[in-house]
Amino acid sequence: MSRGPCVAALVGNPNAGKSALFNALTGARQKIANYPGVTVERKAGRMLLPNGEPVELVDLPGSYGLDATSPDEEVTRKVIMGEQHGQAQPDVLVIVLDSSNLEQHLVFAQEVLELGRPTVVALNMVDLAERDGLVIDARALQNALGVPVIPTVAVRRRGLDELAQAVAEARDRVSETAPVHRPHVTLPERRLLAHEMAHGAILSETARHRIHARMDKVLLHPWAGPPILFALLFVVFQAVFSWAAPFQDALDGLAGSLGDLVKTEMAPSLLRDLLTDGVIAGVGAVVVFLPQILILFFFILTMEATGYMARAAFLMDRLMAGVGLSGRSFIPLLSSFACAVPGIMSTRSITDPKDRLTTILIAPLMTCSARLPVYAVIIAAFIPNRQVGLVGLQGLVLFALYVVGIVGAMAVALVLRRSVTRGAASGFIMELPKYQLPTVKDLALGLFQRAWVFLRRAGTMIFTVTVALWILLNFPRAEAGQDQVNASIAGHIANGLAVVVEPIGFNRDIALALIPAMAAREVAVSSLATTYAVGAGDDATQAKGLADQLKSQWSLATALAFLAWFVFAPQCMSTIAVTRRETNGWKWPGFMLGYLFALAYLFAGATYWTAVALGLG
Amino acid sequence: MPAAYGSAEGVTLDQIPLGVPARISAVDWSALVPEEAQRLRALGLDEGARVKLAYRGVFMGRDPLAVEIGRMTVALRRVHARAMTVALEEVAA
Repeated sequence: MSRGPCVAALVGNPNAGKSALFNALTGARQKIANYPGVTVERKAGRMLLPNGEPVELVDLPGSYGLDATSPDEEVTRKVIMGEQHGQAQPDVLVIVLDSSNLEQHLVFAQEVLELGRPTVVALNMVDLAERDGLVIDARALQNALGVPVIPTVAVRRRGLDELAQAVAEARDRVSETAPVHRPHVTLPERRLLAHEMAHGAILSETARHRIHARMDKVLLHPWAGPPILFALLFVVFQAVFSWAAPFQDALDGLAGSLGDLVKTEMAPSLLRDLLTDGVIAGVGAVVVFLPQILILFFFILTMEATGYMARAAFLMDRLMAGVGLSGRSFIPLLSSFACAVPGIMSTRSITDPKDRLTTILIAPLMTCSARLPVYAVIIAAFIPNRQVGLVGLQGLVLFALYVVGIVGAMAVALVLRRSVTRGAASGFIMELPKYQLPTVKDLALGLFQRAWVFLRRAGTMIFTVTVALWILLNFPRAEAGQDQVNASIAGHIANGLAVVVEPIGFNRDIALALIPAMAAREVAVSSLATTYAVGAGDDATQAKGLADQLKSQWSLATALAFLAWFVFAPQCMSTIAVTRRETNGWKWPGFMLGYLFALAYLFAGATYWTAVALGLG
Repeated sequence: MPAAYGSAEGVTLDQIPLGVPARISAVDWSALVPEEAQRLRALGLDEGARVKLAYRGVFMGRDPLAVEIGRMTVALRRVHARAMTVALEEVAA
């Protein structure tokens, strides 16, 4: 065997604490990508052996067995067997066991050990087991399994050096000894052996009442559980929309002053316009959403790390089952309220492919934060600011727009599950992990990774699209005295588009705004602002100025139709791009574009015609 | 810890009261989607497993269910639980 760079892989059941161990072993030196051809995340990092030699450590998706039931488990199996394209077979396998769940985790461990690969076992989370009154004899387990067993506490960095040492030793033994072949046993036999081994290794077990059982008594309580979940969600939303505001303003201001700086420093030229109007304004418009996404993910990562997310999925399962989905879809849909892009990426945790596809297709209907600026401007301009009972009319309209999105998504899911994504009723089988305190380091690392992924993906996409749109808006050049927008390619497209959208109450200015808004919805606001030639200032005055302009140019029916349009319209290139990536082709993003535009057209039309009939035209 | 069988023959996992220990005596695998059957089996929900019904869902249908098996809690739907025949175990005094 050649002495190339050594590869080790972490293998284990879900909830064995693999990720925390991976973070502790590799620190921030991680590379996250996809395995080629599948949308399974490949997490790899560099870990150092005691002699200073680097080892590539791969964190394999959690698995219950080598018979794969999901794309994730398929990747785990293939990597272990050395069949995964683009991944060298690991020299050493590190099986990660949850100390307080040995009986269950030893079943898969035995299956892996049967392969006879060089293996080390990390007896993880021994501290949590002790908290539950469970003391494990690692030596007894080592004797039973016949491979080194190292007790670890990833969070407190306990046992990490010993684990690295054991990996080094196991690696060195590779070339010398032939693989140990163990007899193949059936699943029931394996389970019996696991039971015996687990009980043989337990030194003492006090019947201390487990903390998580008591917490579940409250959090999964039929009457207390759902109100707690909804109260929590309310706090999350509140945080996403109010805590983020100062940071968003700061980022917005930063983009603005950067644009001004370029304007004053560079001589007027096409290149300068491209930089300020195209690159800085366009990319800035997306980066502004970073604070919201970070806050949302802070909550989502915390909910996941504490183990509450699985409970939320449990509580929501019945409601989701009503439209043919399962509790697992709840997390991606929740994320989509900030942005559909991370939402669609997190559908990977859904095992059923039809379920996953349905969730991806309805994710854009969740009212993402990019719609807010559009809603805010239109509502401020057209909806009178008066009280209806206890609540303001403006807030009520905003709330209604959210509800229409959710109801629309549920209705679409119902239809899709009976037509395009028809299949066996999706089940819901999910382990409810133990409650744990999240660690600051793991949270910070998780947030940093999400932020980076968002900035890179959205950034590159937005960059390309804004440049393309800028070119469409600026070429061919207008002759002197002629309007540039009218002369441009985009202007011509808008004139054509206006014919199509006129029946639903849209004018040419709206048609023109819809084109750049394909890049990102909120661009519609700035496009309208430019079209109506409002003097650009800071956002607040711009919105106010624009509101007055809109009021004089649009009827109420048109404004309502415009709002209805934005509830459904797939006005976001990043979402389309991420859908293409996650579904491996253009078929489903194409379908998504088609059905969402059709719905948007119908609903905007229905709104307009109804409003006109009511005399609001 | 001797188990008492026979007293509640024909009862399925979704029907037993919360918190009462039981042993899965038979599973009608044909009633389940193959992937789900495999998943349940991988989680240890198989013939002979000792389980406890921990929680029931909230909304109509009292679905899903949370089942305690060993030191693990597993959420599943009633359709899955209905395929599992259980025998109640005598609680040690």
